[in-house]
Amino acid sequence: MIEAQGLAKDYGDKRAVDGLTFSVRPGIVTGFLGPNGSGKSTTMRLILGLDAPTGGDVTVNGKHYRDHAAPLHEVGALLEARSVHTGRSAYNHLLALARTHGIPRRRVDELIDLVGLREVAGKRAGKFSLGMGQRLGIAAALLGDPSTVMLDEPVNGLDPEGIHWMRSLLKGLAAEGRTVFVSSHLMSEMSLTADHLIVIGRGRKIADTSTSEFLSAASGNVVRVRSPQAAELGRLLVAPDVTVEALEPGHLEVRGLTAVQIGDVAAANGFALHELTPQQASLEEAFMDLTREDIEFRAAELESKEAVA
Amino acid sequence: MSTLASIHRLPRAAHTGRVTQARVVLSEWTKLHSLRSTRWSLFAGVLLTIAFPIIFAAVTSSHWGTMSVHERADRHPLDIALAGVNVSQLAIAVLGVLVITGEYSTGMIRASFTAVPKRLPVLWAKTAVFGVVSFLLMLPPVLIAFFASQAILSRHHILQISFSHPGVARSVIGGAIYLLLVGVFALGIGAIVRNTAGGIATFAAIFFVIPPLMNILPTSWNNAISQYLPSEAGRQIFSLTHGAHSLAPWPGGLLFLGYCALTLAIAAVLLVRRDT
Repeated sequence: MIEAQGLAKDYGDKRAVDGLTFSVRPGIVTGFLGPNGSGKSTTMRLILGLDAPTGGDVTVNGKHYRDHAAPLHEVGALLEARSVHTGRSAYNHLLALARTHGIPRRRVDELIDLVGLREVAGKRAGKFSLGMGQRLGIAAALLGDPSTVMLDEPVNGLDPEGIHWMRSLLKGLAAEGRTVFVSSHLMSEMSLTADHLIVIGRGRKIADTSTSEFLSAASGNVVRVRSPQAAELGRLLVAPDVTVEALEPGHLEVRGLTAVQIGDVAAANGFALHELTPQQASLEEAFMDLTREDIEFRAAELESKEAVA
Repeated sequence: MSTLASIHRLPRAAHTGRVTQARVVLSEWTKLHSLRSTRWSLFAGVLLTIAFPIIFAAVTSSHWGTMSVHERADRHPLDIALAGVNVSQLAIAVLGVLVITGEYSTGMIRASFTAVPKRLPVLWAKTAVFGVVSFLLMLPPVLIAFFASQAILSRHHILQISFSHPGVARSVIGGAIYLLLVGVFALGIGAIVRNTAGGIATFAAIFFVIPPLMNILPTSWNNAISQYLPSEAGRQIFSLTHGAHSLAPWPGGLLFLGYCALTLAIAAVLLVRRDT
């Protein structure tokens, strides 16, 4: 359980996190979504007490992270920036962390096997690829068998097999009743793993909702229609609150009507239908809709900066 | 590249309880000895401490016959025996800085402070582990350097000095104590500066740049001030003789210890306050 209350962080005169209030519940995977630079990593650093908040407060399992007697048993964290000494082997890196909590060597071995680094455990971490470094970070996060797992962009650099593994690992952790908080800027990835989404842009919370609600609420439902009489059908469907877009001959995208309504119109007029599919807006589209203002604002900001320069 | 294990489930593990200072010390010991740079720096420190006195003694011994009275008067057997300390202090200081700045430059510090979010146990453990390791590793070399240089100089009666002679044992063991304190001082500087190049430069400025610069001052000022500089105060720990304008071994050593404590105290305050 992670609870943030009006969390804010300034770096100089730049506000990175702006009054975030949210809670991350156990038993589900909560996605933390936002474009690069929106404050996700900063928020995670504030949760871990690596940075001190300018305002507000955040607790993990009811306490400030710093006040936990055995923090690695409470929270396992993978940060976006690498947090490994490049000159130390993967095994010794994990062992050094384990020893702060009296975690035995066999647990280190167990984690090395779990993330698939057995063959390179004795190699210096500086020689690791991005994906291997990511696996080492995940092993470090899970070392203490924590009740809360917080991962910043965990699939970054993983191969398809690794991404698949990560998804099932996250779902498994949540199914065991742990709190799982995962950030990403890859919205498609989040739609596959996360049950709940906290969306931020420019340090502010934009949405805090279940993934399915987020998808259905965003950018109105679209129905894809294929018909040999597409042009005629399209003319019949158009209305003040209905838009029809002809993508190619015989293929329409209709907004503002349900598949049932379109099917009825087609049947009443004797039109043949080859396809009638309700389209769910992709998370990307939903996200773009939500953050459009932010992005436009930023583009304008950039332009004015260029104008000055 | 190995393939991922088929297990997608994290095996459960017994929670082993709280973070303690002793556990953090063990963790820092693991960190220290598992780095190649540590082993090389310490090896260099050991080698320099032994090699310089042996070379110095051999050169002195072979040229003794052709040396002027003046030159001969300049050669003190204990200076020869401890000549390596002046050189190896650089290796120890660089390592002292690296022990902490290496974590900042690689990002390891975030992992360290995530495991030990109260932070100060990490600073204390690093200091203790590095201090003890430096002392234990440097004590045999200073002893070896003393007896080896004495053996090489055995033909020259005037260059013989007994280990039981007043102040000799204190000076020789003091060489190792001085290196311990130099390492701790450098570690504190590293923790304040948080950057390897900056930490080494700051240490070098305090130890090697500022002392000769004191010569710019009028002699009376220089004499009054210089003896209180960290390098001058510290040097008294392994000096047999003490000039009119230098502290005695104990006051000098304690003053240097005070500088170390002050540096660590500043580092501790900053460590807790600053973002990582």
